[in-house]
Amino acid sequence: MKARAAVFASIRRSLGVHGDEAPRRFEVETRLEAAPAGVVPKRGQGDIPARLATFKAEAERAQASLAEVAGWADAPAEIARFLRENNCPATLRMGADPRLTGMPWSETALEILHGASDGRDVNAVSAAFAGIAETGTLALVSGADNPTTLNFLPDNHVVVLPREAILPDYESAFAKLRATYGKGGAPRTLNLITGPSRSADIEQTLLLGAHGPRRLHIVIVGEG
Amino acid sequence: MNEAGTSAHFKENVHEALTDARLQGALGFSRNFVGRRAAAVARLPEFEALRDSARAIKDHTLAHLDLYLEAYERKVRESGGEVHYAQDAEEAREIVIGLCKAMGAKSVTKGKSMIAEEIGLNHALEAAGIEPVETDLGEYIIQLRGETPSHIIAPAIHLTAKDVEQEFRRAHRDLPADRSLAEPEQLLSEARQVLRAKFLAADVGVTGANFLIAETGTSIIVTNEGNGDLTQILPQAHIVIASIEKVVPTLEDAAQLMRVLARSATGQDASVYTTLSTGPRRPGDPDGPRAYHVVILDNGRSAMLGGEFEDMLRCIRCGACMNHCPVYQAVGGHAYGWVYPGPMGAVLTPSLIGVAEGGQLPNASTFCGRCEQVCPVRIPLPNMMRHWREREFERRLSPAPLRYGLGFWAFFASRPALYRLATDVTARAMRLAGRNKGRFSWLPFAGGWTRYRDLAAPEGATFQSQWRAKSGAVR
Repeated sequence: MKARAAVFASIRRSLGVHGDEAPRRFEVETRLEAAPAGVVPKRGQGDIPARLATFKAEAERAQASLAEVAGWADAPAEIARFLRENNCPATLRMGADPRLTGMPWSETALEILHGASDGRDVNAVSAAFAGIAETGTLALVSGADNPTTLNFLPDNHVVVLPREAILPDYESAFAKLRATYGKGGAPRTLNLITGPSRSADIEQTLLLGAHGPRRLHIVIVGEG
Repeated sequence: MNEAGTSAHFKENVHEALTDARLQGALGFSRNFVGRRAAAVARLPEFEALRDSARAIKDHTLAHLDLYLEAYERKVRESGGEVHYAQDAEEAREIVIGLCKAMGAKSVTKGKSMIAEEIGLNHALEAAGIEPVETDLGEYIIQLRGETPSHIIAPAIHLTAKDVEQEFRRAHRDLPADRSLAEPEQLLSEARQVLRAKFLAADVGVTGANFLIAETGTSIIVTNEGNGDLTQILPQAHIVIASIEKVVPTLEDAAQLMRVLARSATGQDASVYTTLSTGPRRPGDPDGPRAYHVVILDNGRSAMLGGEFEDMLRCIRCGACMNHCPVYQAVGGHAYGWVYPGPMGAVLTPSLIGVAEGGQLPNASTFCGRCEQVCPVRIPLPNMMRHWREREFERRLSPAPLRYGLGFWAFFASRPALYRLATDVTARAMRLAGRNKGRFSWLPFAGGWTRYRDLAAPEGATFQSQWRAKSGAVR
């Protein structure tokens, strides 16, 4: 507490304020309440087909692979195909998200595992909270149904993204976050993921698969 | 006390760096950043407007820093986390070590954090019998070598793949000696395998923060490897260490800054992993840390507010200034002798460790101005280096020959007739003396110059006499 008081006293001394000035407090409260958007790039804007096209192009630039299926029930076959073609073992871990557990997995030969990962899983699937067209980014939130470990420990990460959840920009994703968690609220973890893990720390050579997934496959669900 | 450095020996460090053939070879890698940044900027028409927006957000936050910190702190507590304040490096170390000991921690994984470097956290953990494990690939490599980062976003940029291979063979003794490590992919794969075990075994994870959000009590880290995420979700506790100026008002403000950060740093439109963390594991969560602590460090920053170096607190640690700096490109990061290299380091270091220790660094500039041209938050870096030079001179810290030399020059420069006469005579004498070779490899009173390069002999009259002749002709 002593350190806290000293730090605040030093900040206020340098700024020449005492901290109780009503206009300053009003300005801060107003900004926190209004959360003005600032400069939002045009790149991600447009109707759903336009956002889908931008999302796909940007995600591919970030070395993610993509597929489109008509409905949730069609996702397991596409995921099985992706794993088979990349010579991955036929196992798949997922959380308790009903959008995922409700899919017809028995139509595939995949062995389905549930819950958080302990680091021994090769493949995992998650359901996205939103997609961000501007940069081809996935937004994933943690919660009882969505273990965060699945986003990082497995070698291959598949993310199912509803077509209508592709939003233009970060600001739209934050608006959806507030609608879900309340103003000032947030999930414990919000992962914004753009492509598979990589490092350029050795001679500035870009290599995929540093500590997180080596592959990121996005399955977009829905018909236009 | 801060982590010790060698900034006071900048000149000796530079001499060593310039004659280090291995380092000079490796420094070429950092030139890739320039083209990548330019390409990313060219793809985003709003980039310049975003720089203005980023600057305005930082200025607004700094002017209300006490109130935003209060708001941030309140939200962290609401989400079940704890906030600790540290006035200096020693207090910050004590808080982190205290938390680790209370949890009985034996090993601590670490995401990349310049604040951890600033407070010398690894040494302190080791002294307390706790193993610190750097998990960013570059940080891991330099930890094995017992080195400090030479770049704020590419800590091992001074090394070649060959250096990394040698280090891995020395450190990873339990792996087969005849394994191939000729390809960078094999080095990466080996680090992934070795560090995966460390991630799973760690008791505490320590990360820095790119931003703290007052609106939600959230800390943000930005990585490409995913190491910061494994650091913070697997252990029992997540400790965030961040300095006071990392706070921003809202999620929207963070988005403005993220848009300029990744592009300025690596030339990516977005980093692979931008992670927003708010408090510890919640009821029903299948994973995540059970405790969440934030250590907020001042260490001299609050004293910079309201003064001539306040603009430096806008810095978002992208590294663009050093990537575009001819001095950094020539000598690398270690020559700067403390945690922060390049133009941002030359301005920040004297503020944090004092002008007596770090006062030489602002001289490491050609004043070409490229750092300011690329700075995403428009920090007037050359101007601020000039301020430091003035302070160094005022405090009589610059070397005696420089002080007397400047005094000598000032005597003539403030007497125009005498100045013209003296320069005319000198130019003629030098033209005469150098007429055979056209250059001097040695000159009296200029040994500091001619030791490293020749001085060209003047070919004609002085600038002033040429100007007089030319303007006379025009009239």
